[in-house]
Amino acid sequence: MQPKLLVEEAYKYFPLRRSLSEILTFKAHRYVRAVDGVSFTINEGEIYCLAGESGCGKTTTGRLIVRLIDFTSGRALYMPKKEVLSEIPPEFLIDGKYVNLASDLPRHVDKLLRRDVQIIFQDPYGSLNPRMRIYDILKEPLDIHGIGSTEDERREAVFRTLEEVKLTPPEEFAERYPHMLSGGQRQRIAVARALILNPSLVVADEPVSMLDVSIRAEILQLMLDLKATRNLTYVFITHDLAVAAYVCNNIAIMYLGKIVEKGPIDVVVNSPQHPYAKALIAAVPEPDPRNRFKMRELPIIGEIPSAANIPPGCRFHPRCPYAMDVCRSEEPPEVEVEKGHKVSCWLYAKR
Amino acid sequence: MSSSLLEVKDLRIYYYTLTGIVKAVDGVSFTMAEGEVLGIAGESGCGKSTLGYGLLGLVPPPGKIVGGSIVLDKTDLTKLKPSELRRVRWTRVSMVFQGAMNALNPVYTVGHQLAEPLVLHRGLSVKAALDVAADMVKKVGLTPDVLRRYPHELSGGMKQRVMIAMALLLRPRLVIADEPTTALDVVIQAQIMNLFKELRRVERNAMILITHDLSLIAEIADRTSVMYAGKMVEIGSSDTVFGSPLHPYTQGLLRSIPRLRGKEKITWIPGVPPDLRVPPPGCRFHPRCPYAMDVCRSEEPPEVEVEKGHKVSCWLYAKR
Repeated sequence: MQPKLLVEEAYKYFPLRRSLSEILTFKAHRYVRAVDGVSFTINEGEIYCLAGESGCGKTTTGRLIVRLIDFTSGRALYMPKKEVLSEIPPEFLIDGKYVNLASDLPRHVDKLLRRDVQIIFQDPYGSLNPRMRIYDILKEPLDIHGIGSTEDERREAVFRTLEEVKLTPPEEFAERYPHMLSGGQRQRIAVARALILNPSLVVADEPVSMLDVSIRAEILQLMLDLKATRNLTYVFITHDLAVAAYVCNNIAIMYLGKIVEKGPIDVVVNSPQHPYAKALIAAVPEPDPRNRFKMRELPIIGEIPSAANIPPGCRFHPRCPYAMDVCRSEEPPEVEVEKGHKVSCWLYAKR
Repeated sequence: MSSSLLEVKDLRIYYYTLTGIVKAVDGVSFTMAEGEVLGIAGESGCGKSTLGYGLLGLVPPPGKIVGGSIVLDKTDLTKLKPSELRRVRWTRVSMVFQGAMNALNPVYTVGHQLAEPLVLHRGLSVKAALDVAADMVKKVGLTPDVLRRYPHELSGGMKQRVMIAMALLLRPRLVIADEPTTALDVVIQAQIMNLFKELRRVERNAMILITHDLSLIAEIADRTSVMYAGKMVEIGSSDTVFGSPLHPYTQGLLRSIPRLRGKEKITWIPGVPPDLRVPPPGCRFHPRCPYAMDVCRSEEPPEVEVEKGHKVSCWLYAKR
């Protein structure tokens, strides 16, 4: 298996607006450090999970990969599928098969990559234009990328994709507007829209969190089936570790813009090492009524600070029950505790 | 089981909208004992929040309680005049509202908002009320200096703690918590659930936890009930409902929850919940039910007590 995407030291800072007094006194610009030095590797055909609480930078990382926003710095080497790769001029390639998503790319290369990297958004109520029919929503990407020479061909592609996401009969669904569909059906449309251009990497940003529990499994199963038939690679962004455990192969747990722990999902879930990862996993509720007789062990204190004001040293130290002096001053290195399982914490660093 | 605190009988709450009558709660009956925690689970739109609001007499218009009774401590709340109901509300039954972010008034300090019910219901002076509020704030794990702060200065978890303190201030016998943790992150959610567990040990009030997340109900509830399309389809002790669920809907819900450990395949319930303006005839779950029989399509199922305290409304268990 070869790496599909190598993200190396990715950064994304959003500048904060300065007040008049700050401008007049020449105060330094302040930034929200949404993604603050993130590295990970996704292999072809795997489901890679970015997990963490709100504000940890998981969605920003996803948006960077889809290039809805630009990297502040860093490198993201992406291997497009063969058909796309052959159309990219060799001067933009690294090692003959990777494109750096963080570099400036000319429009035609950019467009090719957008076809190959797609996204499923969290909110199926907000991500579909209420004034467009399903048919138009799904046909728009085909028009933009000039796929299919005739209207008939495009119509066929739309119907085929609708069938693939099990919205049958497609002729009927194509004529409907988003408000005529249930939440689950809308999310199927969102999946169909992502897949109609035949991408090889799909970023799924909390694809089931807005859906009722009873239909979540349906969307997850659909995504798993499509992955198998279309040979997809997923970046799965979620705050729900139980969902992550169900679908993902590898996981990276993020906290305030950094990855604190990453590794194979079973290993991370069953033996988390970072104090934050431990707390996050201990906090997951489970449908077992025996839990009501015991308190959850949550040694961590307080709440996540603002990403505009990240604590020095290890950014988790103010909430960490094991914080030592070194944690307050120096950023922890990434330590490989066992093969493929990496933790950024001074507790595991040899000094 | 000790004496019953709350008896809800055949409660019906309808919304009279322009496009039809939405039967959000349609014949719900249950009882609760003193100090008991009851979980009410269900999907969005099943009427669980409406039921919660109904118990406080706070159904927003065009909703109305059109039938049934809510007997709390021998008083039928549905028979009370608004002024009498206002006296019962908060002193005997209170609520932790959904979305703590927006439930506090942004232009008053937390202290002001916490003192208000004490001044109005107990006739305390503002100073005495603030002292009581300070004690309560400590109980929910905050420091008394939050009383001087405005809601925007607090984090989501802290606001939710303030809401819980507010609900407990007058020591009501029954607290209704409507999705108390939905907007919060997992770690904060677990902290709030720990707080609820701690408080129930100390305060011994009864609680109704309304949520879409069965896992949260398992965290705290003695008894669990499941609502579907305005009806309570199953109720029983949490051990029996989670251990041997009877209603096909409950079974489906439990099978749809992914577990952190263990790779059992999760399944889903096909179809969508019905439009409550025109609910399907017979059992409301029959269009999605894998076991639907002819009788399910035409007649409403009776409530059957399968074992002591474990009731289910399903034709599969009815003797005919």
